[in-house]
Amino acid sequence: MTAATAPTVSAPAPLTDLVAIRDLDRAQVDDLLAVAAELLPIARRERATVPTLRGRIVCNLFLEDSTRTRLSFDLAAKRLSADVVAFTAEGSSVSKGESLLDTAQTLMALGVDLVVLRTSSAGAPVQLARQLDIPVLNAGDGWHQHPTQALLDAFTLLQHRPILEGARILIVGDVLHSRVARSDVELFRLLGADVTLVAPPTLLPTDVSAWGVTTTADLDGVLPDLDVVYVLRLQKERMHRAFLPPTGEYAATWGIGPARLASMRPDALLMHPGPVNRGVELSSAALEDPRCLVQEQVTNGIAVRMACLYRLLAGPRSEAAREVTV
Amino acid sequence: MRRLLDADDVARMLRRLAHEIVEGAGGAYDLVLLGIPSRGVPLAERLADAIGGIEGTVPPVGGLDVTLYRDDLDRRGPLPLGATEVPVDVADRTVVLVDDVLYTGRTIRAALDAVSALGRPARVRLAVLVDRGHRELPIRADHVGKNLPTAPGERVVVRVDEVDGVDEVVVEPAP
Repeated sequence: MTAATAPTVSAPAPLTDLVAIRDLDRAQVDDLLAVAAELLPIARRERATVPTLRGRIVCNLFLEDSTRTRLSFDLAAKRLSADVVAFTAEGSSVSKGESLLDTAQTLMALGVDLVVLRTSSAGAPVQLARQLDIPVLNAGDGWHQHPTQALLDAFTLLQHRPILEGARILIVGDVLHSRVARSDVELFRLLGADVTLVAPPTLLPTDVSAWGVTTTADLDGVLPDLDVVYVLRLQKERMHRAFLPPTGEYAATWGIGPARLASMRPDALLMHPGPVNRGVELSSAALEDPRCLVQEQVTNGIAVRMACLYRLLAGPRSEAAREVTV
Repeated sequence: MRRLLDADDVARMLRRLAHEIVEGAGGAYDLVLLGIPSRGVPLAERLADAIGGIEGTVPPVGGLDVTLYRDDLDRRGPLPLGATEVPVDVADRTVVLVDDVLYTGRTIRAALDAVSALGRPARVRLAVLVDRGHRELPIRADHVGKNLPTAPGERVVVRVDEVDGVDEVVVEPAP
């Protein structure tokens, strides 16, 4: 046979876990974003679910407070007809001293097909993925990574500009404590964007020179040239007081308010991972500005997480999972 | 490899299918043609054009990907998703599903679920270029371009100009 008999789409390497953006190659990222684009309209249909993951069990193992991300993963799994069980730190065996691995092995023995893990311990999902035969999906681990956030950010940007190659993206705020910044920088660079970080010197990581980004302290100097302004959340819960001036001063120095909105380009885009400290990182005017994509990010988050679940679960079951469930 | 149908054969079959669809539906006024990616979509577009030539109105055409509704995902590797683009509300219309080859019927079963997730059509019809037999489900086509008796191990390959650069139907022997 000379002519192709099937669509000549080069299949991306299968996903076994999703722990960090650096584990993905460009083909896998493009595939996840393409799948998400096809899944996005399902929410608007008369029947807003598809039966794809019927009979699969997703466990949301959330050992750190999170309402929005858990809700987003919950809806993503339910739109694909997976069953969802929630496992939170409070009142669970984790508070009785059970180790994460023991907990996860218990979940496997119960027949769970995938674990979504949110934890304050950087690196815990990597460990867990190594030790479990079922997929582990990192929903944020300490300062380390938040890969689905980066994917939904890229997805949202790509809805507004077809390619990110050469886009000038600024990430502003508490980079040091931000898993979002780490994942976003890796993904935006993979997609060809130029990334600049602007932060108070105390909130820049010491290893930032290895990130392949530009850093500056001059927010107002770079603002008029940017395609995207990505504002990080001030992670009050992750820092001690010494890192920072009072929040009023933070807003004046690093927040986006009317004056900075006016100096941004008319076609620039403004993003934030949420939840927003209104009046600190973003003023009310910024949140209402038509260039602000915060609500779109939330909506797109479900579709992107559906794409991740689809790619991790819709395929042959692993032998280990089959043995447990039979 | 046997080449069973060439471009002229395909063109004649599509013209006849267009007439059959119009006749079966009593006109073109409530028709919507939904092709199943990838080759069902260009076939649906050509049928719509042919129907436009007969009736003076080109019915709306869309694409309906059925991957998310398949019952065999856990037996296959990761599948790419095709595009679902349905230009009109399917409620109370006559939906004609269009695919290149009808074989086990499992794709069509998934397509019926996918259609009903969009709304409740007045009726659903199935038009295929080739019916090769070996059904695993109680499903049949309303409009068939050509019945091709085949052995289970053989592959029936439909090529369409828009995807493959040529219109033809070939049968490849069992490996």
